[in-house]
Amino acid sequence: MSATGIGAAVRRKEDYRFLTGNGRYLDDISLPNQSYAYFVRSPHAHATFTVGIEKAENAPGVIAVFTGADIVKAGLGGLICGWVITGKNGEPHKAPPHPLLAVDTVRHVGDPLAVVIAESYAQAKDAAETVEVDYQPKAAVTSPTAALDNSAPQVHADAPGNLCYDWEIGDKSATDAMFNKAHHVTKLELINNRLIPNAIEPRSAIGDYNSGTDEITLYTTSQNPHVARLVISAFVQLTPEHKLRVVAPDIGGGFGSKIFIYSEETVAAWAARELKRPVKWTAERSESFMTDAHGRDHVTHAELALDKSGKFLGMKVSTVANLGAYLSTFATCVPTYLYATLMQGQYTTEAIYCEVKAVFTHTTPVDALRGAGRPEATYVVERLVEQAAREMKMDASDLRKINFIPADAFPYQTQVALQYDSGNYAGSMDQALKLIDYKGFSKRKEQSKAEGKLRGVGFSAYIEACGIAPSAVVGSLGAGVGLYESAEIRFNPTGNVTVFTGSHSHGQGHETTFAQLVSDKLGVPFDNIDVVHGDTARIPFAMGTYGSRSLAVGGSAISKAIDKVIAKGRKIAAHTLEAAEEDIEFKDGNFTVKGTDRTMDIGAVAFAAYVPHNYPSDELEPGLDESAFYDPANFTFPAGTHACEVEVDPDTGVVDIVKWVAADDFGNIVNPMIVEGQVHGGVAHGIGQALLEGCQYAPDSGQLLTGSFMDYGMPRADVFPDIEVATQVTPCPHNPLGVKGCGEAGAIAAPAALVNAITDAIGASNITMPATPEKVWRALNAAG
Amino acid sequence: MTVTVSMTLNGKKVSADVEERTLLVSLLRDHLRQTGTHVGCDTSQCGACVVHVNDRSVKSCTMLASQVDGADVLTIEGLAKNGELHPMQEAFRDNHGLQCGFCTPGMVMSALDLVANNPDPSEREVREWLEGNLCRCTGYHNIVKSILAGAKAMRKGG
Ligand code: FES
Ligand code: FES
Repeated sequence: MSATGIGAAVRRKEDYRFLTGNGRYLDDISLPNQSYAYFVRSPHAHATFTVGIEKAENAPGVIAVFTGADIVKAGLGGLICGWVITGKNGEPHKAPPHPLLAVDTVRHVGDPLAVVIAESYAQAKDAAETVEVDYQPKAAVTSPTAALDNSAPQVHADAPGNLCYDWEIGDKSATDAMFNKAHHVTKLELINNRLIPNAIEPRSAIGDYNSGTDEITLYTTSQNPHVARLVISAFVQLTPEHKLRVVAPDIGGGFGSKIFIYSEETVAAWAARELKRPVKWTAERSESFMTDAHGRDHVTHAELALDKSGKFLGMKVSTVANLGAYLSTFATCVPTYLYATLMQGQYTTEAIYCEVKAVFTHTTPVDALRGAGRPEATYVVERLVEQAAREMKMDASDLRKINFIPADAFPYQTQVALQYDSGNYAGSMDQALKLIDYKGFSKRKEQSKAEGKLRGVGFSAYIEACGIAPSAVVGSLGAGVGLYESAEIRFNPTGNVTVFTGSHSHGQGHETTFAQLVSDKLGVPFDNIDVVHGDTARIPFAMGTYGSRSLAVGGSAISKAIDKVIAKGRKIAAHTLEAAEEDIEFKDGNFTVKGTDRTMDIGAVAFAAYVPHNYPSDELEPGLDESAFYDPANFTFPAGTHACEVEVDPDTGVVDIVKWVAADDFGNIVNPMIVEGQVHGGVAHGIGQALLEGCQYAPDSGQLLTGSFMDYGMPRADVFPDIEVATQVTPCPHNPLGVKGCGEAGAIAAPAALVNAITDAIGASNITMPATPEKVWRALNAAG
Repeated sequence: MTVTVSMTLNGKKVSADVEERTLLVSLLRDHLRQTGTHVGCDTSQCGACVVHVNDRSVKSCTMLASQVDGADVLTIEGLAKNGELHPMQEAFRDNHGLQCGFCTPGMVMSALDLVANNPDPSEREVREWLEGNLCRCTGYHNIVKSILAGAKAMRKGG
């Protein structure tokens, strides 16, 4: 392995600019003559309204005030959901209108209804205070189960009963048959708490219109600028695709929340053209809390049927998923194809049935958040399994082991549509048991007891479907787009390389990992490779970053482009070296005539391609610039076991996480340092969910009670233990790099592991996340 | 009403005329175009905006620009010398203490204040010191490692 090649813990290229304050995040950009937008938002969860803007229009510095009516007049469409779910009844889901600015009804706190654009941000904000909105508040519903009640307030007239869809997967009668012959059935009521994403950089956008070319440039905090361009062009119909450029520069974290197409950026782009001036908007954190798409929010009843030996016979899951007030861009696929399809977990469960009702409520839209559906699925499966072990008085790791899909059973067709490609689940479990010193646990428990503390251990043997996704498969399931990725490798005449990738980087370190890949495979020095992403005017059409797909799909596209470069280089070298093409070998950056010392490095080949004086011009075009699209053959299936130990103080209910081990299988690894960092971050997100975070609405008024960092339990540095990360490698068999993806694993695995450990410590069958000291203390006292 | 604020910023004398209600972070970012200092919240919780004023770390979103008149202000842009990273910056790079990089300037500036007062902090002390700095990417694991390594490098460097 070279110092900068595949497998090396190369220090990141991007860090110098971030560490010196030279990153270029969205709000760091200011354009000449820029104006500032401030949105008027509903303080009510549900109301009809009329709006008067005269005063605001005349306020100091105000350039324009626009309302929902202006958007309608301009002929713009609303926001869309890109994935249609077909319900049990064979009907497509209900997709009520999602206007950019509310016209006569607001449906959640923070719903935007007007925008004030002024010379300065302060003036826009001041003037927004003078927009006169006459609200007629209406009854609101925030809980997903309450929304299904006959008497519940209705969110949309065209979604009766607040139902978006009622969907199912799996074989119901086969599952019932398994339950009929079960020796034991474990049942749990589970709530997957609603999370607020809180990337530390707030969303932001600048619209900029060039009246000479009639082109709009939208700078926006996006994980997938081409998807934003497509939606804003084809569906909002702002302007044709070739007249819209979307730029997503350095982005301060996304976690899913910056996948989606939002009102504010779309309005900024439109308003810039209306006003012929750049329009900038940056969210205040309170706006982020109210309007960044939230995550999770499931209420689930789940059952696991076991035979006498502990083998899993069947699983039944019934979930109500809260989608919020409007359908966000990919909302509908999260509680279905990213959730229920993972109910097989790592096990040979013989029959599975899952049904999901997705509902509208008067809350912020809910969509994908780190893990997206898979943390919820893992929580269901791994809580059930752990609880079943306790009820059957079996060791939790042994029960898992007798049910694991064996390492030689791949490819493995699950009961819920997916085909797992590879894995070694027992291998990861063994690794985790060793790292956590499971054998020594009972002794440590005794020690804790002697100190008046309750110790518990918990596992989570998770699996995820990543590397999203084969286009034909997702198309057949209702996706409105394909999910391939693109890449271009451009040699410059002097031999250095620019790599263009559709995989946006907002913390994942693609500029480093992808350069490692190219350096390793093409033998170009690492420092001579730059990676470009995040600008529709520079990169090929691309689907962007989510679902742990960047290396598995985006990296595979790069790998294909690399192959094309080598193929062309071989032809050029054959011509120059006067040899047959079959006789040219490529290794470490050199094209060599087999068995001779006649050789030409790739830099010389690039030069010959751009200065084609001695060149096979009759059969080859000049230049060395190859692009590729890669459509994956299957999902990838990262998996592993996380284990943790906690100590609970019975007097206070405070949970102290004393040890965390992550034994993951991500397939081949390009940069282990970056992979570990991704695991840390994911685990932290999962621990946050299990211990601290939880979005709360006042049930009657629908007010957001956790609308700031003071009220919402963001994890801080003192919460976490040292996180020990280990990996085993079962390469992905169907992508050229053998990689699986690592960005979401921690967030998927962690909540179940932690809740399993806490319930073990306090001897309770269940506790609702976040397991705050109060809840733990109450559970302890109820159980004791 | 506007006020004139004069200060030493990263070793250079600067001054600007700003509205009275202007915050220090806005003076830095919007008026002086030093955008390395970030804004992540509106309740003084995230620490993305931490700078040093007269050698003490402050949240620049919580101070008026007029309060730094005559002061010595150090921001993330002032740390590297002749393209060479400060040992604390170098430690962040070496320990993968940043991912998206948005919290990073605040983390580094905050860490430097810790180390100035406690040259050899324990891991616990680092974790507790970071109470006012939020990061969503790293789980803090490598930030803590970076700060410990940075402190060590600074002790060695005298
Ligand atoms: S911007 Fe969040 S603390 Fe200053
Ligand atoms: S590195 Fe992204 S918020 Fe800290």
